[in-house]
Amino acid sequence: MIEIKDLHKSYKTGKSELHVLKGINFSVKEGELVAIMGSSGSGKSTLLNILGILDEADSGTYVLDGVPIKNLNETLASQYRNKFLGFVFQSFNLINYKSALDNVALPLYYQGIKSKERNEIAMSYLKKVGLETHSHHLPNELSGGQKQRVAIARAMASHPKVLLADEPTGALDTKTSYEVMELIQGINDEGKTILIVTHEPDIAAMCKRNVILRDGLIVEDKYITQQRVTANV
Amino acid sequence: MFNIERWQEIFEAISKNKLRTFLTGVSVASGIFILVILLGAGKGIQNGIQNQFAQDATNRISIWPGNTSKEYKGLGIGRETKLKNRDYEIVTQKFEDYIDNKSAIYSVWSGNIVFGKETGTYRVEGVNPNYQFIENASIVEGRFINLSDIENYEKAAVIGKKVATDLFKEKNKPLGQSINISGMMYKVVGVFTDPGGEREEQRVFIPLSTAQKAYSAGDNIRSMAFTMPKETNFNKAVAESKKFTEELGKVLKKRHMIAPDDESALFINNSLEEAKKIYQMTDIIQAFFWFVGILTIIAGVVGVGNIMLIVVKERTKEIGIRKALGASPASIIAMILQESIFITLISGFMGLILGLLVWAGIGPSVESDFFSHPEVDFNIALTTVILLTVAGAFAGFIPAYKAAKIKPIVALRDE
Repeated sequence: MIEIKDLHKSYKTGKSELHVLKGINFSVKEGELVAIMGSSGSGKSTLLNILGILDEADSGTYVLDGVPIKNLNETLASQYRNKFLGFVFQSFNLINYKSALDNVALPLYYQGIKSKERNEIAMSYLKKVGLETHSHHLPNELSGGQKQRVAIARAMASHPKVLLADEPTGALDTKTSYEVMELIQGINDEGKTILIVTHEPDIAAMCKRNVILRDGLIVEDKYITQQRVTANV
Repeated sequence: MFNIERWQEIFEAISKNKLRTFLTGVSVASGIFILVILLGAGKGIQNGIQNQFAQDATNRISIWPGNTSKEYKGLGIGRETKLKNRDYEIVTQKFEDYIDNKSAIYSVWSGNIVFGKETGTYRVEGVNPNYQFIENASIVEGRFINLSDIENYEKAAVIGKKVATDLFKEKNKPLGQSINISGMMYKVVGVFTDPGGEREEQRVFIPLSTAQKAYSAGDNIRSMAFTMPKETNFNKAVAESKKFTEELGKVLKKRHMIAPDDESALFINNSLEEAKKIYQMTDIIQAFFWFVGILTIIAGVVGVGNIMLIVVKERTKEIGIRKALGASPASIIAMILQESIFITLISGFMGLILGLLVWAGIGPSVESDFFSHPEVDFNIALTTVILLTVAGAFAGFIPAYKAAKIKPIVALRDE
């Protein structure tokens, strides 16, 4: 599903150059649930942004579902994001003047799906995350956990090949975090490939594979025995 | 542009962000509103001034006497110039080619007019038949002074509309009634109206010959008035009339022993030259209002651009989210532009309609001698709205383009 070879990325800050990724080799097969871990500054968010075609690598190759991601113009990049990827952010990033239902329906709008069908699909995903009763609430009328569940529904709505989550539980308390992880595990059980960036070991333990970054390199990459949330709660 | 889904998306953004929409709208609407008010005021002043000078034929030339202010050929200062019938005859013969309508005038200053119990003081002037066209007067009923009135010393009077309403009220028909003008009975043969308004309609015309005889004026006349044949070219008309008045002045000054450079012994007024000044003045007034109006529009456009910039700034995160979810740069530009064009157009029309309503409402009540019919050419106003919209779209394009360039990762970075 994801093939990365010798990925480099550096940022220019003033005169000094910050070499963030120093040759990442990494591949993910379909149906995996991967936690990318590391202390802040290790390059884990940069890696996720490159994976999400939100940012571009300086060198190296990135193949997503057989499609090489290289030198894309903005229009093509946005098409690929829409088709291949679903995003979940730490700060939810819901559009605050749109209802939960409209937020979930937004990626479908950019796929050119008509509003009636869009709303039906969006509703089915809201049902899946258990929020069909809150479909007409605005984001500021929802709790943190509810917002993240709406965001997950939105990420799922466009039927992406890979779900990318950047600290999805970073802004949530433990109980809500586990609820969100339970949802993510459920989605993964249905066969969706999911990558999660996190620095919380308990969240990482709920994944199937842990990749640890340090100073722009992968220092550890191991398959683990997944801890099910239901056992913890 | 006609994608219903996109319009739904835009309407949602507009209706959920009322303050933003309101601010953009107000700046546009007020710009157009001010422009409409300014253009209306400019037009009103122009109309008012033109009305003031529409009371007489625009190519009228008047001559009236004064007192000498310069010694000439041994004659002293302060001599009164006396115009006679003979002067009129010589001038009209000599300048036949220049003259269209002509009249000598003998005015009876403040003629006291009585009809039954009604009485009033009006300007009474003895004139020739042609004088009607020099005064730009039109007959409401009856007729003007004619040639047989002059020849037969008829006691006929043509009265202004104001005089008619003053003396005869509603109950009596003026035509055929006898009125007493300074002790002599006259028959009303006509009622006239004058574009100069009430002031000009407070006059009474009687035959020149009758006036001279009845008020013991002999062959004295008070003044002369002419019009010149119409010229299609305004500047040529001004030049012709200038030439005529100069020649006229020379002939009369020579006859009356007046120094050629004596300006107070004989007055010659050329209304065409005056008209030219007036037209230039109203042109300047119009140009000034346009100038202010266009500056207002520019301020409006800058305002719209400014607001668009803030809108984009405020929506950076939203734009980032949209891009992460698969919005193409083109769709972001289209979204922002369409929204700005829509708001500009609607509020522009609202400003336009409000401005037109204000003029329709207060227009009649601010009517005065120097201000009338403050109308705005709807097409001009409409063009301005469209111009503002296009300019607003251009002003909005830059921030929209910038917004489309925003990298989602930058937009989504937590504050």
